Amino acid sequence: MTMSDLFQDYSEAAGRSGAYDEMFAPGQLARKSYGQVAGALRELSLADVTARADSMARTFLDRGVTFDFAGEERPFPLDIVPRVIPADEWSVLERGVAQRVRALEAFLNDVYDKMTVVTDGVIPRQLVTTSAHFHRQVHGFEPAGGVRVHISGIDVVRDAAGTFRVLEDNVRVPSGVSYVLENRRAMAKGLPEAFGQQLIRPVEEYPRRLLSALRKTAPSGVDDPTVVVLTPGVFNSAYFEHTLLAGLMGVELVEGRDLICRGNRVYMRTTAGEQRVDVIYKRIDDDFLDPLQFRADSMLGCPGLVNAARAGGVTIANAVGNGVADDKLVYSYVPDLIRYYLSEEPVIANVDTFRLEEKEAREHVLDRLDELVVKPVDGSGGKGLVIGPDATKDELEALRKRVIADPRGWIAQPVLQLSTVPTLSGDKFGPRHVDLRPFAVNDGDDVWVLPGGLTRVALKEGSLIVNSSQGGGSKDTWVLSDSPEVPVELLPRPSITVRERVSVWPVESNWRDRQTEQQQ
Amino acid sequence: MLSRIAESLFWIGRYVERADGTARILDVHLERLNHLPTEERDNVARELLAVMGARPESDEFGLEELLHALAYDKQSATSIAGSLGAARENARRARETVSSGLWESLNTTYYGLNQHRKDVVGTYRFCHWVLERTAMVSGLADTTVSHDDSWLFLALGRSLERADMTARMLSTRDVLSAGMSWVNMLRCAGAYESFLRTRRAAFGDQHAAEFLLLDRLFPRSIVYALRDADDCLAKLDPSAQRVGFINDARRIVGQARTFLEFHRTDDLMSELPEHMERVQKAVSQASDAISRKYFNQADELAWVGEVS
Repeated sequence: MTMSDLFQDYSEAAGRSGAYDEMFAPGQLARKSYGQVAGALRELSLADVTARADSMARTFLDRGVTFDFAGEERPFPLDIVPRVIPADEWSVLERGVAQRVRALEAFLNDVYDKMTVVTDGVIPRQLVTTSAHFHRQVHGFEPAGGVRVHISGIDVVRDAAGTFRVLEDNVRVPSGVSYVLENRRAMAKGLPEAFGQQLIRPVEEYPRRLLSALRKTAPSGVDDPTVVVLTPGVFNSAYFEHTLLAGLMGVELVEGRDLICRGNRVYMRTTAGEQRVDVIYKRIDDDFLDPLQFRADSMLGCPGLVNAARAGGVTIANAVGNGVADDKLVYSYVPDLIRYYLSEEPVIANVDTFRLEEKEAREHVLDRLDELVVKPVDGSGGKGLVIGPDATKDELEALRKRVIADPRGWIAQPVLQLSTVPTLSGDKFGPRHVDLRPFAVNDGDDVWVLPGGLTRVALKEGSLIVNSSQGGGSKDTWVLSDSPEVPVELLPRPSITVRERVSVWPVESNWRDRQTEQQQ
Repeated sequence: MLSRIAESLFWIGRYVERADGTARILDVHLERLNHLPTEERDNVARELLAVMGARPESDEFGLEELLHALAYDKQSATSIAGSLGAARENARRARETVSSGLWESLNTTYYGLNQHRKDVVGTYRFCHWVLERTAMVSGLADTTVSHDDSWLFLALGRSLERADMTARMLSTRDVLSAGMSWVNMLRCAGAYESFLRTRRAAFGDQHAAEFLLLDRLFPRSIVYALRDADDCLAKLDPSAQRVGFINDARRIVGQARTFLEFHRTDDLMSELPEHMERVQKAVSQASDAISRKYFNQADELAWVGEVS
């Protein structure tokens, strides 16, 4: 069986979905950016492809790259066909993501301080104060290091016309970057043929970038800051990611019970006594962080952290209270926020969004619930979302009641036909819908966007839900490089013989030879 | 113990460690090689082979030939298959001395050599398998053989070869001096996580090289491996405990180690080629000296007539 067999019914299936296909232009011509991938796949038979897919899954299981599914550890499904982004498209995305992060950073600084964005009439005060994640506990102080959105994941999708649009912002605890790192390692071994002739931008510098940003934003006056990763523990579904990042940064992975707050400083219990902690990369929800401020019954956090942050004794990344910026109703104002804070036009557009508090919009939406996607404003991971065309009559009726009862709690968007990428399914490739989560690291001076990001794929035909908890998988994401900067591999290398020799060892003693001479 | 047996054990130690080191180097550099344009790849393949101490047999030398030369060529002591075959052959000759666990694990490994696809993807799995097998052989050698002279010879061979292999890993920096090469060096040695935990934010070539060369606690560092070798030599020859030395191998190993351990420098990277060359030379000289002292030499096997 050859590639043409593996792609036999592809164009027909792609036609059915009506979505933009990332690999093939209409007529099943591989796009230029996919040339190498198509070439590599052409050489493989079905047996090769399945053997490699199995081997990749086994590697993931061996390495513990799993997610928790109903109490069972499963390898996170990685598809063998990568998602390829050409350099010119990436440079737009990169700028757009960085721009968004800068705007959200400015917005957060503002809402926890003077709220000029409200007094200038850009967004209603009520919108901010009714957000479930607007935490008055952190009002009125600038966090140590001056950064609030250290790590962010901005979800983008491609509509039927091929235009990238931002779907949501994640500036609380964005997860998934560990899969980006692991996917690349697995693909380098699983589909080596596709790497050869093109330059794919590496992702392995992420942990170093992250560590350097975290260290840079440490409280002032600390020379050699101690960074820790704070995890809720081994039962968290993203625990693998916590261990991987702590390991790759070479820092301690701590749980709340390992920390103590005293005199607005944070310490961890070690065999050598208490050691000061300067920067906490927080991987638990704000609600569980500090029982003195939030949920008093939380056993995951450490009492006193928020006061320590307020006093400038510790940097918490991301800052407490960031959730107000990824509220989905606030999302609908982000283009305005970009114009207001940065005096720039948004580089990437939003998806059209109906604000259900506005009477006209609400009536319009309630008439068309079966055509739209309705989302709760503070949900993540696809929780609570209702896709109109797929919902039953009863579900829509229940939704209608909930929307009318709490219009502030919901937004509505048109159903987007997310773009598709060929994905192995049984014995052939079929088009499957994907999204993309680029990750950005902000060190206060500069927002760095990891080339690529996490491409999630809905493994069921026609499904638009890419979450791993609901049958989603992922793809390695390749950003091609065509910049004039010479890739490191091609720089002229000093050869062993040409390099100037340095000699520091003592002249070799010929002890043995002299011995033999003496004996003679 | 018989010199012949001691020699076999010494070489079991060396060959198993060589297979292990070669698999580590190949696994990491194969990934790098795959990302290079064809022409560049062939050149780098050639240089990688040179670092491993071999020359291409023909002018046509590319990725496939590299895989053959370093992984599958049973005739060559440079390749993984050749080393493991030689280790098994040595164990066969010393079968009554080694534990059955050690012999069987080497023998099973030998028969498993053919069960792998010899393309790039298969080679990754092959390297992985080799690391598991060599770890098992090492573990059985440490836990099922009395730590008497016979084990000391095995451990001596292992630590000398380990120093040599780490030196070659560091030399691969010259082959692939691309951006992230220090990560590769560390991954080769399985030292990546250990390094990160020790050095915190201090990344870079210089620190990575320093770690693999000089760290006193990481078992695959050159200083650590040479100290191990020194310990074995001291235990094998307890007569010279107080002053001086009567064993040339100890002098060579000791001088190399102490020079490195107490050498202060501001520019380790430019000195690295010399360090690597000296370490490899010291290992081969020490190996010769050990042969002369402990193992039967062919030229001493002359028939001596009866004294009348």
